Amino acid sequence: MTIAAPSPSGIAALVDDNLAPRGIFAVIFSFLRRQPVGAIGITLVLIFGLAGVFANWLAPYNPTSNDFSAMTEAPSWAHWLGTDQLGRDLFSRILFGARTAFIVGLTAAFVGGVTGLVLGVGSAYFGGPVDLWLQRVLDIVMAFPLIIMALVVVSIFGTGLQNVILAITIPLIPRCARVVRSSALAIREVPYVDAARALGFGHIRIILRHMVPNVMGPFLVIITAFVGQAILAEAALSYLGLGVQEPVPAWGLMLQGGAEEYATTAPWIAVFPGLAIMLTVFGINLFGDSLRDELDPKLRDR
Amino acid sequence: MYRYIIKRVLLVFPTLIGAATLVFIMMRLIPGDICLVRLGGGGTSFTAQALATCHAEIGINRPWVLQFLDFMWGLARLDLGNSMWSGKPVVMEIATRFPISLEIAIAATLISIAVAIPLGTISALKQNTWIDLAVRTFSIAGLATPSFWLGIMAILIVLDVTQAISGNPWMPPIDYVPLWQDPIRNLSIVMLPALTIGYRYAAVSMRMTRSAMLEVLREDYIRTARAKGLVRKLIINRHALKNAMLPVVTVIGIEFAFLMGGLVVTEQVFNINGVGRLMVLSVQNQDYTLTQALVMFVVTIVVMCNLVVDLLYAWLDPRIRLA
Repeated sequence: MTIAAPSPSGIAALVDDNLAPRGIFAVIFSFLRRQPVGAIGITLVLIFGLAGVFANWLAPYNPTSNDFSAMTEAPSWAHWLGTDQLGRDLFSRILFGARTAFIVGLTAAFVGGVTGLVLGVGSAYFGGPVDLWLQRVLDIVMAFPLIIMALVVVSIFGTGLQNVILAITIPLIPRCARVVRSSALAIREVPYVDAARALGFGHIRIILRHMVPNVMGPFLVIITAFVGQAILAEAALSYLGLGVQEPVPAWGLMLQGGAEEYATTAPWIAVFPGLAIMLTVFGINLFGDSLRDELDPKLRDR
Repeated sequence: MYRYIIKRVLLVFPTLIGAATLVFIMMRLIPGDICLVRLGGGGTSFTAQALATCHAEIGINRPWVLQFLDFMWGLARLDLGNSMWSGKPVVMEIATRFPISLEIAIAATLISIAVAIPLGTISALKQNTWIDLAVRTFSIAGLATPSFWLGIMAILIVLDVTQAISGNPWMPPIDYVPLWQDPIRNLSIVMLPALTIGYRYAAVSMRMTRSAMLEVLREDYIRTARAKGLVRKLIINRHALKNAMLPVVTVIGIEFAFLMGGLVVTEQVFNINGVGRLMVLSVQNQDYTLTQALVMFVVTIVVMCNLVVDLLYAWLDPRIRLA
């Protein structure tokens, strides 16, 4: 990380002044030292994230190949987490499921978050009728039941990874826009925005250089939370048969069908994918909470 | 105050009209229609004549604009029409499935309040002790657990425990009976779904209670109350908790509204024939009138909950209504 050149907008730097000149590793290290709970969270996220990235190398079996000589086998040395009703290795499927979960979670959170950021800051900056109309549109999307939205998206475009991401992203947009707008409204009244306007800067420049950096705190907190929410939503949609389709390994899909049917005789089929979802989202939430505490000085000693 | 109320109430209408327009367009963007689903179900072949008759019967061969005006006019008169699938009035279709969904939602709310407010308060009072840590972990885990998985686990545990105790596994009954007819049977259906939804719900409200309490406990009037020697219990109950409840009530209100839409997955797990499953079914059957009515039903609940929360806020906080 290079040292930021002093400029008028330096005041609006992403992080506090005393953090800015230090290297990225120093920033991360000091964050982890001050927020041990966040460190636990990020460790969990990294475990599952790396499992997803390196699934090809880590998985002992092919996640989609059936082995009818080893159906519903209990956890053993050969199959660490057991096998499902088609003889597929659960451990391998959970590793590949992590990949699906993170692809959906990160993409939906990023796209939904950035769209919400643009709409929220824009809405606050322009105010007046733009703000009024935009807020009404966002109200509508927010009041609309998520499951109907997902069902319709899937019915129109068909199932599959991209459409699941689309269905999950849309409802995230207004939630982010809401939060960002309320922070941006306060910033709009700050003298340096007036000054920038008086200097004749264009709207885009004022929004991007002066307003967006100042709402980064709440924005980062909310998109972290979105990653977890999106992973949960993907699991729920896949469980209902509206999300990712077989044979793609996905945690929600693993809980569908066989998991309930064999719940008493082979409980591991239902237990482990759920635990994977829970631990991942738990880790993300722990990290998100620490991030919020870190970015909001009022909360720092809580 | 009146100006604020009128302004806020008027804002309800654009949202409702917008949602109605959105669902109308979205349903018609789905390829195919209910006649295809009806006639072609089971892979049977049918003539173009039969299809045209079906279209004319339901009235979906008319231009979209006419259909839309019809729908809007119906909404204005609170007449939602008949289900295109069963032919029965939409209101009846919803009314038969609504009680169980509502009961689960209310039971989940009660559970969450009973858990969240005491635990959240204790957590705030014992800030940074092991009790606080335990409560926070419990609540973050609640946010991270998929409710449908919790449902599967709950069924599994109940099966195993009853198997161990009595020798034969017990499953909750499926057919719904009202609470006043057979309370035990009714509660045995509602309890597990309410608990699984209630946990997540409690987690959200617990976090809110904790942070609201922490904020209030730092206020000057709490310090004053302490300084004048008030009993601790009195300070917490009368001064702190009362003031901390506002954001908590908000969260409970908003979550309740979303609960209605979120029941779909839980109803699937517990095999309950409620509003959530009706929604999925109606979209899959491309039953325009039923889907439109259900969406408007849920949206109205959400919008009304938000309205009540906002008005309550304005009533309690003069800074909002005078702004």
